Amino acid sequence: MRGIRRITPAPSLVETGLWHSIMLKRLSSADRIPVAKTSIGRGLPSTDGNVRAKGKELALDHLHLSFGERAVLRDLNLTVPAGQFVAIVGRSGVGKSSLMRLIVGLDKPTSGTVSIDGNPVRGLQKSVKLLFQDARLLPWQTVLSNVGIARTPGWREAAMTALRDVGLAERHGEWPAVLSGGQRQRVALARVLVGEPNVLLLDEPFGALDALTRADMHVLLEKLWLRERFTTILITHDVAEAVALADRVVVMRDGRVAFDVDVSADRPRQRTDRDLAALQERILREV
Amino acid sequence: MSQSLSFRSAVERAAPWFVPVGLLLIWELGARTGFIEARTLPAPSQVAVAFWESAKSGELGRNVLISFERAIIGLAIGGGLGFVLGILTGVSRRAELLLDSGLQMLRNVPHLAIIPMVILWFGIDETAKIFLVAVGTLFPVYLNTYHGIRTIDRGLIEMAEVNGLGKFAIFWRVLLPGAMPSVLVGLRYALGIMWLTLIVAETISASSGIGYMTMNAREFLQTDVVVLGILVYAILGKAADTATKLIENRVLAWHPAYHAGSVSR
Repeated sequence: MRGIRRITPAPSLVETGLWHSIMLKRLSSADRIPVAKTSIGRGLPSTDGNVRAKGKELALDHLHLSFGERAVLRDLNLTVPAGQFVAIVGRSGVGKSSLMRLIVGLDKPTSGTVSIDGNPVRGLQKSVKLLFQDARLLPWQTVLSNVGIARTPGWREAAMTALRDVGLAERHGEWPAVLSGGQRQRVALARVLVGEPNVLLLDEPFGALDALTRADMHVLLEKLWLRERFTTILITHDVAEAVALADRVVVMRDGRVAFDVDVSADRPRQRTDRDLAALQERILREV
Repeated sequence: MSQSLSFRSAVERAAPWFVPVGLLLIWELGARTGFIEARTLPAPSQVAVAFWESAKSGELGRNVLISFERAIIGLAIGGGLGFVLGILTGVSRRAELLLDSGLQMLRNVPHLAIIPMVILWFGIDETAKIFLVAVGTLFPVYLNTYHGIRTIDRGLIEMAEVNGLGKFAIFWRVLLPGAMPSVLVGLRYALGIMWLTLIVAETISASSGIGYMTMNAREFLQTDVVVLGILVYAILGKAADTATKLIENRVLAWHPAYHAGSVSR
């Protein structure tokens, strides 16, 4: 029962038939070594064998968060191994964004700890970067200056490289106001990349984009993640998006983890994959 | 086709001038026919002559210069102080608690009402006029700077924090540029108040300046010089406004409303 960690009781997965297909995938990729995931050209070395593996383990331990009387997070526990791509899905208002703000250090938990590579952390962390729902670019700075906002030594070169990664190098001298929504979000992604995060948090970054732009962003994000291997947490309420991108999907309900499942299909994934479609159905029932 | 188009654009460019030029013509005609008495309102041509004569004698230039000097010094002191105070109360809760309600109270005192006190304090020399201009320009700049900093998108500040910017960097790269549109609105208000204050101050107590020039001319019933003085004020006001617009176009180049090409003129 490694593949699925049940938190709340529900009808047995074995009965659904889906269990079988997931288990088959899990058996072929035992112990998280992604032997089967080599469909991308350069191949995917496991996280500990890759020089560009930036990911660090993120552990959330008994997190509680309340605003006055209202409890947002109630005893949330989640451990994300270094380099894993986790999608968190849930209805709006279950505390997904609050959780992100808490991990990045903008808010403090009422109780419980956030640990990175086993070390409990407090406050803003250099190693954790958050991509917000909206791009949050400074309108009074050019695209390049926005990407290099931290002004670390050599920021111009780093910002240009990041802009090249997101395909906007030639727009570096323009004001954010002239960019489209998708382009702005790509600039924001470039800004996050310059920060070289070990843990990347994505708070519904594609929610406001049209379907085509969103599909492009998925490809871009997957490409960057495969290269950099930062530990990634994507918040979304689009289950299809979650299943298409993540190694693991976590369903949040009532401020805690309600359902947790590994997705071990090969990359790049086909939207039409029947197993994925079935898994999607299964997750939707839990949301 | 292209000819009718260029004709139309020429008409469009000239359109703002139709009304003022027409009024001038009617005015001139009225004065010439004796419909308007010269003692009540001199003809535009008479004002033009007065302009020429006072410009030739250097009197006009001297008076304009001294008024301009008073205005700029007063604005620099008042506006500068308003800007600094606005930033303080905008950035720090403690400074806001300490200063804001007091400043709001003072703001509601019509600053021209303190002229008798100002004359008692400073007599009728330069200090009195500069003080009045400073008091008049302080509040619009203060209010708009404070407002500008307070209304900056919290999300941008959070973004800056997440990306590792310190307090100082956040101030220079987020707060200050973000407050700039509002600060410049304050500056434009201040410019209007600056001239208004100066006119009043100069007509009450002065021995030079445009206000003095017009008051002096009134004594001798030189209505043409009085009208000239009023026109000079109008031109100076417009010039100040144009100057701020130029500053806006430069400082707010990032702002969609100020992008080159979309600037309406």
